Amino acid sequence: MTMRASELAGGVRDGSIDPVEHTEKVLEEIERIDKDYHYLNTICADRARKAASDLKKGGSKGRLAGIPLSIKDSIVVKGVESTGGSAILKGYVPVFNATCVERGEKEGAIVIGKTSQDEFGFGAFAVNVGKGFRIPKNPIDPTRATGGSSGGAAGLAKKASFPTISYGESTGGSIVNPASFCDVFGLCPTYGRVSRYGLIDYGNSLDKVGPISRYLSDVALGLEVMAGHDAKDSTSADAPVEEFSSSIGKDLRGLRIGVIKESFGEGTEEDVKDAVWTGIKRLEGEGARYEEVNTPLAFEFGIPAYYIIGTSEASTNLAKYCGMRYGVQEETADGFNEYFTRIRSENLGDEAKRRVMLGTFARMSGVRDAYYLKAAKVRTKIIEEYKSLFKRFDILVSPTVPYKPPTFDEIGRLTPLQHYMADVMTVSPNLAGLPHLNIPAGMKKGLPVGMMAIADHWKESELFRAGAPFERP
Amino acid sequence: MRVDEETIRHVARVARLNLTDEEVRRFLPQMKDIIKAVSVIDAVDTTDTLPSFQPIALPDRLRDDDPGTCLSQEEALRNAKGGSDGYFKGPKAV
Repeated sequence: MTMRASELAGGVRDGSIDPVEHTEKVLEEIERIDKDYHYLNTICADRARKAASDLKKGGSKGRLAGIPLSIKDSIVVKGVESTGGSAILKGYVPVFNATCVERGEKEGAIVIGKTSQDEFGFGAFAVNVGKGFRIPKNPIDPTRATGGSSGGAAGLAKKASFPTISYGESTGGSIVNPASFCDVFGLCPTYGRVSRYGLIDYGNSLDKVGPISRYLSDVALGLEVMAGHDAKDSTSADAPVEEFSSSIGKDLRGLRIGVIKESFGEGTEEDVKDAVWTGIKRLEGEGARYEEVNTPLAFEFGIPAYYIIGTSEASTNLAKYCGMRYGVQEETADGFNEYFTRIRSENLGDEAKRRVMLGTFARMSGVRDAYYLKAAKVRTKIIEEYKSLFKRFDILVSPTVPYKPPTFDEIGRLTPLQHYMADVMTVSPNLAGLPHLNIPAGMKKGLPVGMMAIADHWKESELFRAGAPFERP
Repeated sequence: MRVDEETIRHVARVARLNLTDEEVRRFLPQMKDIIKAVSVIDAVDTTDTLPSFQPIALPDRLRDDDPGTCLSQEEALRNAKGGSDGYFKGPKAV
C-alpha cells in the first residue's frame, strides 16, 4: 500500500525523507500519468522544485511538510495559469494565492499542478471541459468517466502511487461524485467552513472547497489545514476547527443513521443498492442503528431548485469575463457590447452557454418570481426537511451517484437534462450547505460504488466517525 | 411557460451571447426540456416561506475602517494585455 500523506510529512519532518528527491519522483510520475489520463491542466514543476528546495533548506516543516498537493483549476495559485477549465481564462496567471492554497503552503505542502474539470464546474462527468481542454479518464477503466466536476482531482488521488491530497470544489456534488467514480474519499464541508477567497466561482451561495484523498485520515488532515475563518471571505464562518482525524476510530455504538429511502428507487442500479446496503450493515455491525427515512422535497425538487439557483448565480458570475483585464483578450475595434458578446460567444463551451442562458432566463423580469425566487423558497423547505431529520439522526446515508462510472459512449448519448439527473443524490445537501462525504463502499463488476454520508451543519466529525470502518489499511 | 425560438434568441441577447442558427436549433429542444423540468417547483406550497439566498444564516460582517494591504497597480494590471499608463484598455462604450 502507498504511504499516507501524514506519514510522508512525518518523514520529511524527521529528516528520513528528502523532499527534493521525493518531489522529483512525483513530477516524473505525474508527467507520465497525465499523458494517458489528462488529470492536470497545468503542471507547475519549477514552482514545486523551488518549494521542495526551500523546504529542505529550512522552510516551514508543518503538518503538510513535503506533501504533493494538486489544486482544482478553479482555485487560484499564484504564478500558475488558473482557468477554471475555461478557454475564456486561458493565459490568466493569478498574482495571489487562494486562502486554502496559502494555508497549505504555510504548512509545507508542495503544489504540483492544477487539475482538470468541467468548465467552471458545469458537469457531473468532467466531459464538459472547456474548448481546447482534455477530458480526464477514469483511473480504474480509462474508457469511463472520472465523474465531475473535480474529475482530475479524484483521478489523480487514485492513480498516483505517491501520497497526495487533492483540493477539489463542489457546487452541486463535484467532490463526492468524482470521488465515488474514482474509489477515493472526498469531503465537501459545511458551507462557510473553508474560505472561498481565490475560488473562480460558479455559484457563490453553493461553492465549497474540500479535500479528496485515497485515505480518510488524509482527507481529515487536509480539512484541518484548509478550514477556519478568513477575513477575506465574508461568508467564511467563525466556527472552531476541530481535530477531525481524532473522530476516525471513535466508537460507532449509538450512531443514529437515517437511510434515505428514495435514493434506493428504480433509478438506482442494483449493484449500487447492494454495495451501499452492505456498507450500512457494516456500520450496524459496528454498533450503529439505522432507520429508513423519507426526504420527498429534497429528492423531487432538489434538482430543479439547484439548477435554477446555481445557473442564476453562474450567469452573473461569468459576466466579469469580458476580455479586458485577464484571460482571453483581443483587439477591441468594435464597441463594448459587441466585443464582450464576441469574446463570450467564441470562448464559452456549450454547457456554459446553456447554463448562462438558463440563469439569465430564471432572473428575467416577469419570470424571476416564478423561478429564481420560488427556487430560493423551495431551498428553505429543503433545508427545513433536513434539519428536522437531524433532530433524530446523526447522519443520513444514500448512494453517492445512482450508477457506477459510465463509459464515454454512454455519456455521449445523454441529453443535457439526463446529465443533470446524475446529481440527484448530491444537489440537495449542497443546496442546504450540509457537509457530506463519499465513502468507497466496494467494487461491483470491477467498478467502484460510493456511499454518501450527510451530516448536520458543522458536524463533519460525524462523517469521519462513520467513514472509519472503510478506511484503507 | 412557452419557450420558442424567439425566447432563446431573446435570452441569448440579454446574456450577451451570439448564437449561430445551428446553435439555436440545437439549444431550443434542450432548453425546452430543461425549463419544463425545472418548472415543477411551482407545485411546492411556499406560502409564508422566506427565500434562502444562503444555506446558513451568517452575520453581516464589516471590517474596521482601516486601510489594509491590497494589490499594487502593477499587479492589478499584470494580466491585462492592452493596459497602458496605469489603465485597463477597453473597447469604446459610447
